[in-house]
Amino acid sequence: MSLLSRLTPDRKADRQADRVVPPSGHSAWLTSFTAGAMAFLAVFALALSLAAGRLADRWSDALERTATVRLSAPEDQMDLQTKAVLAVLSTTPGIASSRAMTDAEQRALLEPWFGPDLPVDALPLPRLIEVTESGAGYDGEGLRQRLAAEAPGAVLDDHTRWRRPLAVAAGRLRLLGLLSIGLIGTATAAMITLAASAALAANAQVVRVLRQVGARDAYIARAFVRRFTLRAISGAAVGTLVGMIGVALLPSTDTAGGFLTGLGFQGLGWLYPLTLPPLVAVVAFAATRAAAFRKLRELT
Amino acid sequence: MIAFDNVAYSYGGGELLSEISLRLAPGSFHFLTGPSGAGKSTFLKLCYGELLPSAGRITLFDREVRSLSRDDIALTRRRIGMVQQDCQFLDHLPLAANVALPLTVAGKASVPQDLSDLLGWVGLGQLADALPPSLSGGERQRAALARAIIIGPDVVLADEPTGNLDWEMSLRLLTLLVELNRMGKTVLIATHDLNLIRQAKSQIAARVLRISKRRIQLAGADL
Repeated sequence: MSLLSRLTPDRKADRQADRVVPPSGHSAWLTSFTAGAMAFLAVFALALSLAAGRLADRWSDALERTATVRLSAPEDQMDLQTKAVLAVLSTTPGIASSRAMTDAEQRALLEPWFGPDLPVDALPLPRLIEVTESGAGYDGEGLRQRLAAEAPGAVLDDHTRWRRPLAVAAGRLRLLGLLSIGLIGTATAAMITLAASAALAANAQVVRVLRQVGARDAYIARAFVRRFTLRAISGAAVGTLVGMIGVALLPSTDTAGGFLTGLGFQGLGWLYPLTLPPLVAVVAFAATRAAAFRKLRELT
Repeated sequence: MIAFDNVAYSYGGGELLSEISLRLAPGSFHFLTGPSGAGKSTFLKLCYGELLPSAGRITLFDREVRSLSRDDIALTRRRIGMVQQDCQFLDHLPLAANVALPLTVAGKASVPQDLSDLLGWVGLGQLADALPPSLSGGERQRAALARAIIIGPDVVLADEPTGNLDWEMSLRLLTLLVELNRMGKTVLIATHDLNLIRQAKSQIAARVLRISKRRIQLAGADL
């Protein structure tokens, strides 16, 4: 018969190889749903992380602002003690610069509370001295003792230091957000691994048939990996879209600048969640591939 | 092509086959017979690398089976067409896709006309689009035969291929196997159907092997 001789091996590759995997099953919707739900959660974790990052940066920046020495002294001693304070500050390690604020600057500071017509000259206002720290910072307690000795009416107001634990907390929050994304990715990998293993076990007959006709493990694994990766990326795309809509519907930042109202993406930050579906696809690819080869070895 | 050298196979603590030494020469036609449970299916599984021997040496196409990697075994199976009594298919794919499966997994596209001719050759030309669960036992056996030979294997192994068929359908399948052998394929059929063997021996020079007491012997003329 000439028929068999025509069945030569050099034929064009069949691009529909993944059709060998049955199209339906519990693992199908489970994978899509898991990927979608995880991507949805990841969007919020990402928004939290980015918002916390902005907060940490803002508070960290504030730490670099000047501290203030508030000097209260009788009017006739004010200039003298101001000079003494400036002299102390100029010789204090960790202080980059210091200067006494002018009356105009002090009036500007008080204006929001007392109005523009505040008679600064007539009021016994303390002199404010702006202090800029150098990178290493200064010894606050030591400076207080020196100021007490040289200018008894001087009070070091390092009010910015209360921001440090907040900045640390914001940094931790950012870390927590990133950790959440990592956990979500791990959970996604675990769920998809389980789904892929279940699918392979449920399709033991398919695996037997494929092996009987000469399919290599790589071919069988590829068919399942392709199917699961496509399910995962489509589910993740839907989850990401819904998550982004949810974030967009959150109240926007107002002048009060509360943390919760700042939760969301800004500018190019909106591009970050778009990386989630490809990331989920990579996770699904790796998880399914590992599960497939492991299961195929078991099915021998 | 396929050679057994003092092969033994043990299962569950007992020896199922022992001291098996034989060689399937290219173009030969063998029957393997023996009572149920004698080890016919086990012998066929040893022939295409699904099982490994407990002792002795099996050579598939000049390579010792133990030295074959998983990929090597897969590639070797592309040279061995297998027809099992309980034929399994991918139930979600139509018959034509199932028959073309060996080509698909080998990364080769099937030529529609060739596939159609092959299905016609086994009498399934009208069922190309049918799903496997809708096929009768005889149709499944013939589909399995078409699938086994579509990639042009050197050897065709058949395990009780007529076990579920009536006599007329059995003869039809036998005719296809004989035709394949005349084209140069090595054929080994495991069967307990002595009438089928007698019918084949009237058409072709076939050797009959018998499994008895864990060993394989060449059967005489007392069939």
